Amino acid sequence: MWDEATLLMLLWGIVESLYMVLVSTLCAYIIGLPLGVLLVTSAKDGIRPCAPLFKVLDVIVNLTRSIPFIILLVAIIPFTRFVVGTTLGSTATIVPLTLSAAPFIARLVESSIKEVDVGVIEAAQSMGASYMQIVWKVMLPESRPSLIVGSAIATTTILGYSAMAGFVGGGGLGTIAINYGYNRYENDIMFATVVLLVIIVQVLQGIGMKAAGLSDRRK
Amino acid sequence: MSEAIIEIKSLSKTFQTKGTEVHALNDINLSIEKGDIFGIIGMSGAGKSTLVRCINMLEKPTDGTVLFDGSDLLSLPDKELREARRSMGMIFQQFNLLMQRTAEGNICFPMELAGTDKAEAKKRATELLELVGLSDKAKAYPSQLSGGQKQRIAIARALSTNPKVLLCDEATSALDPTTTASILSLLKDINQRLGITIVIITHEMNVIERICNRVAIIDESKIAEAGTVQDIFSKPKTAAAQKLVYPGGKRAEKLSSKRCMRIVFDGNSSFEPVVANMVLECKAPVNIMYADTKNIDGKAFGQMVVQLPEDETLAQKMFTYVRARGLSAEEVSGYVG
Repeated sequence: MWDEATLLMLLWGIVESLYMVLVSTLCAYIIGLPLGVLLVTSAKDGIRPCAPLFKVLDVIVNLTRSIPFIILLVAIIPFTRFVVGTTLGSTATIVPLTLSAAPFIARLVESSIKEVDVGVIEAAQSMGASYMQIVWKVMLPESRPSLIVGSAIATTTILGYSAMAGFVGGGGLGTIAINYGYNRYENDIMFATVVLLVIIVQVLQGIGMKAAGLSDRRK
Repeated sequence: MSEAIIEIKSLSKTFQTKGTEVHALNDINLSIEKGDIFGIIGMSGAGKSTLVRCINMLEKPTDGTVLFDGSDLLSLPDKELREARRSMGMIFQQFNLLMQRTAEGNICFPMELAGTDKAEAKKRATELLELVGLSDKAKAYPSQLSGGQKQRIAIARALSTNPKVLLCDEATSALDPTTTASILSLLKDINQRLGITIVIITHEMNVIERICNRVAIIDESKIAEAGTVQDIFSKPKTAAAQKLVYPGGKRAEKLSSKRCMRIVFDGNSSFEPVVANMVLECKAPVNIMYADTKNIDGKAFGQMVVQLPEDETLAQKMFTYVRARGLSAEEVSGYVG
């Protein structure tokens, strides 16, 4: 049962899962990070208050966050096909993963930046800092430890989502668990994938916390 | 007559909060001259912090004008306002240093914003660290510094872009008396050596006494009184000023009107027993009604109110004695009885 082919399959599953998770997290941050920044700066007490923009972003983020991932996964199949040309495999799963994680990440980023002392932002304004300078040189660097913790949370959440994509042939450890464990009742393989997922989560979370601690100069 | 660097004309600030209007500032007129150490004092909630924020437009005034070095800040476009702000350093009660940057990184920060060359900024930071006496702390993070050290770094940071004015918003309120004294002497030194105009917001009269040359008293959103510290301190005209200047404040009015002398200590040796010697010299007792003095590095700061003998010549002799010691003394009527 634990022959070379099975081990190779599991190994390939890990690689695929990590590929999906890391690429989706990256893409989701490309969308979510600016969204989070805009949510902070356009709020009523932000550095450039803009009620209409804030309201629109707030509603979009809440709406997309309330769609269950498994539904989103199926609902956007045409869009996924349009973007990557297929709806099967790990590359196809990156599209719904990204779309689903981006608003979640926007909220994480928003709450991290809100931890930055308003006095420090005021000080930067008193020195003549522009909008972009405040974002790049004050908000993001000052909230770095919190942003890193947030990214660990985001990555592990996305890993959980990616396993769900196994139901529709999304690739990675999730697909292995569904194909072998669920469809063919091979419980030991199912168990192995669960253990592997637990280990990956532990490792990712551990790296995140360690990196956050190292980057924090407040203590 | 030197020229005004900051001129505030009929400035008002109103905050709108759910249906009600709060008039934080009401028709403020002030002129701050080049080289001044200008104190703005008032009770909490009087509007003094709002006033200093209106000087560099962190708060946009509702009405009125603020002229800085001749240009009207309210009418400046964003970009030019940011330029103008670089000529106005600001320090805060809570220091507001960037926690993820070293002391040196913090000092370089305003220069980075202004686009100064990196090597040049570093060189300037080294000079400034020396000026504030913290050359050995260049690589320290704010969390590793004490309150006084953080404020010194904040001062160095505020000075890095060679500002013409330094705005201090309750800069010593979070510090202990000894640290306060050292920060104040640093500010005085900066004013004298670099010729930078300093505006100090505080609720502590002793801060004003110690370093300011001119003062404005702000009370209930209005300027109650403004003038030289000497004038206001010796002859406060308005109730608000009297409340701040006279120890015990209004309570004094209820007491009977025997003559009293207020002695102000501002840096004389604390080892000289002035009051005791005065009693021995004049051979008449005095009654200490109020005393708030501190010994800072061997110097006496603060004030004391003593009840004098009824005898006119004796009382005069005591005034003469105290003044001869280099202290300022004035008669306060209606203080205690």
